[in-house]
Amino acid sequence: MTVLLQFWQTHAGELARLVAQHVVLVVVSTGTAALIGIPAGVLAFHRPRVGRPLLFLANVAQTIPSLAFFGFLLPLPFIGGVGPRTALVTLTIYALLPIVRTTVGGLQGLDRSVVDAGIAMGMTPRQLLLLVELPLAMPSVLAGLRVATVIGVGTATIAAAIGAGGLGEYIFRGLSMVDTTTILAGAIPAAALALVADGGLALLQRRMRRRQPSSGRLSAVALVAIVIVALLGWSSTTRASRSVVVGSKNFTEQVVLGELLAQAIEAEGIPVTRKLNLGGTFICDRALRSGDIDVYVEYTGTAVTAVFHDDVPHDPRQAFERARERYARGGVTTLEPLGFNNTFAILVRAGDARRLGLRSIEDLRQTTSSWTPGFGYEFLERADGYPGLSQTYGLQFGRAPRAMDLSLIYKALADGQVDVIAGDATSAQIDALDLTALEDSRRYFPPYDAIPVVRTAALLGHAEIGRAMARLAGRVSERDMRAMNRAVDVDRRDPREVAAAFIAALR
Amino acid sequence: MTSPVVQFEEVGFHYSNDGAAAVGGLTLSVDRGEVVVLVGRSGAGKSTILKLVNRMVLPRSGVVRVEGRDTREWQPIALRRRIGYVLQDVGLFPHMTVEENVGIVPRLERWPGDRIRARARDLLELVGLPAGTFAARWPSELSGGQRQRVGVARALAIDPPILLMDEPFGALDPVTRVELQREFARIQQQLATTVILVTHDMAEAFALARRIGVVDAGSLVVCDTPRAVAHSHDPRVKLLLDTLVMPPGVGATS
Repeated sequence: MTVLLQFWQTHAGELARLVAQHVVLVVVSTGTAALIGIPAGVLAFHRPRVGRPLLFLANVAQTIPSLAFFGFLLPLPFIGGVGPRTALVTLTIYALLPIVRTTVGGLQGLDRSVVDAGIAMGMTPRQLLLLVELPLAMPSVLAGLRVATVIGVGTATIAAAIGAGGLGEYIFRGLSMVDTTTILAGAIPAAALALVADGGLALLQRRMRRRQPSSGRLSAVALVAIVIVALLGWSSTTRASRSVVVGSKNFTEQVVLGELLAQAIEAEGIPVTRKLNLGGTFICDRALRSGDIDVYVEYTGTAVTAVFHDDVPHDPRQAFERARERYARGGVTTLEPLGFNNTFAILVRAGDARRLGLRSIEDLRQTTSSWTPGFGYEFLERADGYPGLSQTYGLQFGRAPRAMDLSLIYKALADGQVDVIAGDATSAQIDALDLTALEDSRRYFPPYDAIPVVRTAALLGHAEIGRAMARLAGRVSERDMRAMNRAVDVDRRDPREVAAAFIAALR
Repeated sequence: MTSPVVQFEEVGFHYSNDGAAAVGGLTLSVDRGEVVVLVGRSGAGKSTILKLVNRMVLPRSGVVRVEGRDTREWQPIALRRRIGYVLQDVGLFPHMTVEENVGIVPRLERWPGDRIRARARDLLELVGLPAGTFAARWPSELSGGQRQRVGVARALAIDPPILLMDEPFGALDPVTRVELQREFARIQQQLATTVILVTHDMAEAFALARRIGVVDAGSLVVCDTPRAVAHSHDPRVKLLLDTLVMPPGVGATS
């Protein structure tokens, strides 16, 4: 607990920013959903022929997992792309269903004689709606708003995966560092936000039920004011247009490399926006091509197979040339390798390796009938991942591989949940958790040299990017990388600080 | 001779296309300032007759005229603003206070706020609910009888020339009912409002009506003065008359 308090204390400024981003994400999306959903609910009630398909659509949208939603929206123009816009669209769509449904439900539940009284008095349909139907349906609508808000607070944590910020940043960062404190540092304020929002709306709901007639107008004014303030707050958090955007995938090494790139560019006097922890290779590549980020660090082997679906030469230089050539066709420039090769490492517990005399991947064949492998989602799918590995080495595991998040995989191996994993050769967890890397005796894994890939347009606009990268080229060894990973993952140091120390040592 | 305020001519109406007629072959004229009470058993079509007047439903055949004009030609909002309507189950707005309920039609008519207040308070006094006690109450804080009084006050708010009342005194205890009926008769005479009132209570009909219309299966069996109705030999009318428990000496025997 004291560790957590300490974390919040040292990250107070950042915490405040993330909480503000989180609140803005939820308020703007729920507010937008209310502005769309309440009229849609009224329409659905009065015109069932329009309403039924509308409700059906909202139902279907609700069943799509939020991460998949982000994936669909990323490549779309206007509403898509990395950043808050996509998150707002997704959160708004999620908030729509409960609001539309409770609006319709509230209107359906009205006492028929009360509505008849309004009609008989000569109310126009508009007067009937504003004076009778909506005020009476309001408690139900508010209940829907409450549900939508609480769902929104939860779903907004996932928005960090696509660079929209919010408290999810701590959660994802914590997951990638296998650090419970960081996870809790994001999860606890998010839970508190959900409780506060729920309690506040419950209070409003109770007051509505016994309300003074004028408070309806008051709360409408308050709602509009909140949305306006939120929008103003939002616009102030969006990035300066002339800055360079640095991205990274969602694991420690990538975050450190992102910081390294960012600080090297900043040292050239250019403002940098960081969109770190974005997700996997596919999200980063899409973000680069759509111009949402300008530069990130890719690995030669990953680029050739996973991005371009080509075969990787086993010679590192040839692999680099192939990546460079394929990237160039898409308007992306490949800069000189940073210096280290982060190839896949097939890892087992050191105890097992000693006991069974395991030295190379070939030796696994004697164990496969009873062992359970665990792999990241990408490794399971990619041609240069599990399918090729089992073919090359003739591995037939007795149990189906378990798919798990990269951030959990080392711990799962150490805890005995799985028996063999594919990890990063530069991971700090190898030493920390007493794991052993098996030798790739048949040279199955291609080279994975770290290369900065940058949008050619951004490079032409900012020559400083090229200068900054030239300073890093060939300067980051495997030992350097493992040390930096360890500093973050094991010693719990801030990636920003670790990268700064490395750059300072370069001079 | 002035033209009738409300006039039914061979009016037929049924709710669904295959359903039995709710109203059939109805012909009736109501003059200015007249109180016509329609009596009949539940489901005889009494409430539907009222809804035909303020265009809550349109006739399938025949013509309903209000102030000489076919209801089909009336703009429905304008028509309904000339007609006060007291609903069977009152239909007070639960999210408005008693005073706001009574003032709702003046509000729709865009009266100034202080005039609405004054009018609502006068009306509450008129129906026997002191404004000081009742104006700020919510409908849920009233008894059934008090709610019906508020319903009557609400219908009278802008002095509509025509008043439709559907079982307006049904939820009252007998003593209060007689009180309010007397009060109502006094108000009606004072304002010279044209009233069509629906009830299944024969005694109420005799107490209030200038003419009584007996409704059976959607049409009028008879429509005449109370005295004439009391002497009717029609078995359907007699059946209703039998429900009256006459105190000695008040009977319809004279």
